[in-house]
Amino acid sequence: MLKDILKILENDARTKSPQIATMTGTPVSEVSKIIEQAEKDRIILKYKTVINWDRLEENGQVWALIEVRVKPEPEVGFDSIAERIARFEQVRSLFLASGTYDLLVVVVGKSERKVADFVSQNLAHIEGVQGTVTHFVLKRYKDDGEILEGGEGVKRQPVIL
Amino acid sequence: MKKTGQTIKQHPSQSKGLISERTNRLSPSGIRKFFDLLANMEGVISLGVGEPDYATPWHISEAAVKSLEKGYTMYTSNSGIPELRQETVRYLKEKYSIDYDPFGEILMTVGVSEALDLAMRAIINPGAEVIMPDPHYVAYDSCVILAGGEPVMVPTSQENNFEVSAEDIEARITDKTKAILIGYPANPTGAVMSRQKLLDIAGVARRHQLIVISDEIYARLTYGVEHTCFASLPDIRENTILLGGFSKAYAMTGWRIGYAVAPKEIIAAMTKIHQYTIMSAPTPAQVAAIEALKTGEPDVVEMVEDYNRRRKVIVKGFNDIGLPCFEPHGAFYAFPSITCTGMTSEEFSEKLLMEEKVAVVPGSAFGECGEGYVRCCYATSLAEIEEALNRMGRFVKKYGK
Repeated sequence: MLKDILKILENDARTKSPQIATMTGTPVSEVSKIIEQAEKDRIILKYKTVINWDRLEENGQVWALIEVRVKPEPEVGFDSIAERIARFEQVRSLFLASGTYDLLVVVVGKSERKVADFVSQNLAHIEGVQGTVTHFVLKRYKDDGEILEGGEGVKRQPVIL
Repeated sequence: MKKTGQTIKQHPSQSKGLISERTNRLSPSGIRKFFDLLANMEGVISLGVGEPDYATPWHISEAAVKSLEKGYTMYTSNSGIPELRQETVRYLKEKYSIDYDPFGEILMTVGVSEALDLAMRAIINPGAEVIMPDPHYVAYDSCVILAGGEPVMVPTSQENNFEVSAEDIEARITDKTKAILIGYPANPTGAVMSRQKLLDIAGVARRHQLIVISDEIYARLTYGVEHTCFASLPDIRENTILLGGFSKAYAMTGWRIGYAVAPKEIIAAMTKIHQYTIMSAPTPAQVAAIEALKTGEPDVVEMVEDYNRRRKVIVKGFNDIGLPCFEPHGAFYAFPSITCTGMTSEEFSEKLLMEEKVAVVPGSAFGECGEGYVRCCYATSLAEIEEALNRMGRFVKKYGK
């Protein structure tokens, strides 16, 4: 039940509870309760809208993917360093990953300069950070499951018997 | 024509009988007008489509694209690529526990549409009768007529959830009857048949030595019930031509690929016609179908889950606005009754289109027993379904008696 509701909301956060109730065959009151509990349990973190900012004249957004190599701390490992980095507002996403680096940080800033400053002034100085490699995003093709350009789909025949 | 030896040239269309009589018999003429209206309108929400609103899952399309890049553009064996036949037979064995020989008991066709046409042409002699439920998919009676046969209708209704009863079928058997044609889950009603009811029909077919053609194109689109494959019923395999395809389950409508499985003699006959008329089903489509069978299962499950959500919304929606709608457990159509407005299906559809810009298909397009209903496809976005229901609600308020 919870999973079904989450799937529906993840697809369209604006789906109203009565609609969800019909789709899952559950009474509205129960749907509302489940959603409320999921919010409390931090299973539902946020209701958001996915925007294609590239379509605006003045974009004002620069994305960067930053590889961070970290010396893990005894006992806690990467956790406390990750938490420290995550506190910065510019950090959109933060993942611990396998491979040639440890943490992948997705940063969104107002300009390349601002992002570079963030890396050099804030990120690089954090204790335990051994090195960073910054990749500036040149073009976004697909984000959050949505194709940014040309994803309109093909029109169907209006009537087929 | 003048008598003096001077003949006035007449345009062929002016002479009687340019078009074959059986072609003239086809297609309800009333619906043409409705389609023409629709074609010229903007901003219409159409619940009249008859196909998934998904594109084919990319990995399936990609397999075909890759094969084109490699140059696989030649004919295949008439029966279809051997690997595809084997995969299809394996799928049928896994899903329905039925056994067919991939060499001789299966034919890959241009959709179920061609398979149905071939089946009729293979077994129907002039004047032979084929019994089928009413309402029914438009091609059913057409294919019988084109093969020179006579369709015989068995009425079904909302009261019995549009399931066809074996007794009603048996009552219509004559010495001309050759076959029974059923298609469940059904277009246009969304009805499914219980295993017991299908067993009863199998009994009738055996008793009277009739062939049963079972169109199971919507087999994967069932909600809350398990699909019974007709060919899997005991002792009926030798009388059954099973038709199946990929269009609805894998969102591959435009590819035109399907199949028929049946006893050797029937498949041999169908293959004979197929090889003269089609040669072989489109090669890229066959390649895509192999990929679909091998890796497409999770996609099917997800799509069906999604259809189910929308099905619940639309059925509740119709009942809420005052159009009684039985719960369809298959396909992606809802078939609400519109008799409360006092209009015919065609009137309702036309007026609804003109006044509220919502397109639905009049039930009468599918047979006499479709009169009083409209077919609404819910394979469209939730937002569109909601808006369509709003507009239809307004319409029903205005004209409901």
